[in-house]
Amino acid sequence: MKILVPVKRVVDYNVKVRVAADNSGVETQGLKMSLNPFDEIAVEEALRLREKGVAKEVVVVTIGQQVAQDVLRTSMAMGADRAILVRTDDALEPRAVANALKAIVDREQPNLVCMGKQAIDDDMNATGQMLAAKLGWPQGTFASNINVADGKIEVIREIDGGVETISLSLPAVITADLRLNEPRYASLPNIMKARKKPLETLEASELGLDLAPRLTTVSVVEPPERKEGIKLNNAAELVEKLKTEAKVI
Amino acid sequence: MTALVVIEIENGEVRQASRSALTAATKFGEVDAIVFGKGADIAAQLPHVKNVFSVEGLTHELAEPSADILATLAKDYSHIIASATANGKNVLPRLAGLLDAQPIPDVIEIKDADTFVRPIYAGNALATVRSSDTVKILTVRASNFDPAAPNGGNAAVKTVEAPTNNKSTFVKVELSNSGRPELESARVVISGGKGMKDEANFKLLEPIADKLKAAIGASRAAVDAGFAPNEMQVGQTGKIVAPELYIAVGLSGAIQHLAGMKDSRVIVAINKDPEAPIFRIADYGIVGDLFDVLPELEKAL
Repeated sequence: MKILVPVKRVVDYNVKVRVAADNSGVETQGLKMSLNPFDEIAVEEALRLREKGVAKEVVVVTIGQQVAQDVLRTSMAMGADRAILVRTDDALEPRAVANALKAIVDREQPNLVCMGKQAIDDDMNATGQMLAAKLGWPQGTFASNINVADGKIEVIREIDGGVETISLSLPAVITADLRLNEPRYASLPNIMKARKKPLETLEASELGLDLAPRLTTVSVVEPPERKEGIKLNNAAELVEKLKTEAKVI
Repeated sequence: MTALVVIEIENGEVRQASRSALTAATKFGEVDAIVFGKGADIAAQLPHVKNVFSVEGLTHELAEPSADILATLAKDYSHIIASATANGKNVLPRLAGLLDAQPIPDVIEIKDADTFVRPIYAGNALATVRSSDTVKILTVRASNFDPAAPNGGNAAVKTVEAPTNNKSTFVKVELSNSGRPELESARVVISGGKGMKDEANFKLLEPIADKLKAAIGASRAAVDAGFAPNEMQVGQTGKIVAPELYIAVGLSGAIQHLAGMKDSRVIVAINKDPEAPIFRIADYGIVGDLFDVLPELEKAL
């Protein structure tokens, strides 16, 4: 079986972003960029399925600017077989990404799309579900464990009160929770090898995709700052403050 | 304008998070509700709700049939709303996919019928966005909307047949019943981090939680280390809470954790590292060993 893994280039998770002075967005110029952590987990899971003999090929795809090819190389250094860049300079919403991914799924005909549950920049948690809907495929979101057998995939999902298990017919879309696995590091030889793996670039404009945004950003602001707190010496003082000053207990 | 709100029933009650979603829905005009599974009669008692669609045939909240039903009802509504629970986040984006709309997740403020505020970058920025979709599909952050009362209304219940969709089947669910208040709706939350050192030490939080009627949370580091189960995780990738009082114990305050709790009214930090980022947002801090401070705190309460 073939697995398609959509990946996204985002500001590294350790970087605290700053809001642009004109409140038009967030400053990302010159910041360290990385593969979205949830996507890294999705790549790892696809590789594990290939290593178990469940999958034959792992294809990674991203939609974005030319520079986004670095996360495709990272994914191939981890072990993905080949990569597709759908190139566009437009700002993209999950709806646009889902449309672009559907076009790639139609072309590549994977049996499974394995992706992150959310990107840590827009925090949308929507693309996988939207793609599944557009394809008419079942979805296994927030997956912490998967098992493929007999044309079906059993997915253990993180839900509010605990976990639930569902069974999906293939093809299907799953979105990875942090608990799914621990992604491997790419070794230097594998990073070198990844440079020679095939990376195909498609122009979004030539695919006839509907990428138009439905949301207009009116403004982006810093969240309200909290006032500075005080340090106390012991628990008794703390309880006193909570009772008399903060009045929360 | 009429809004349709997805109501979740748990243990024979409307979930508090759903009552917050109802409050958000009332800002758009009239409100109808829908319940997947049993409990439409309980939802019918919610105030402000005119009609409740009952989909009893769905014994489990699978995304595929739920989104299909919502899609057939969507044309009569200006807004379709759910709380940003695991279920809301599973179903509503799928509905948006079916309708080719762009969902607006985790809304913290409604400016007008088209304009919403939502956090991005783990809560380090707040974006105000305007939607041009015909039907607006939103999940709302429960801690930012006061929950509606559980009763006082008398809605008409309308039965909707569940569509058959054999692409997904429910196998089983494993819930951890702590007997404590739900994390997202608790008035007080006490959370442990990696500094708790092991799973057994999480028990040190229990007597304090008992005295304060608090829910117990955990940082991602504590969950990853196996000290606490996943559903206790507070943060960007776990639960978002905004209690009256949040007590962070042995927890450094990584960006991802702060995203889940920094809107708490009063934040207390107990940590032996005076440089821990958690102290930058804490109203009250104690620099000290949690294994000394926790027993003292229990006694002082």
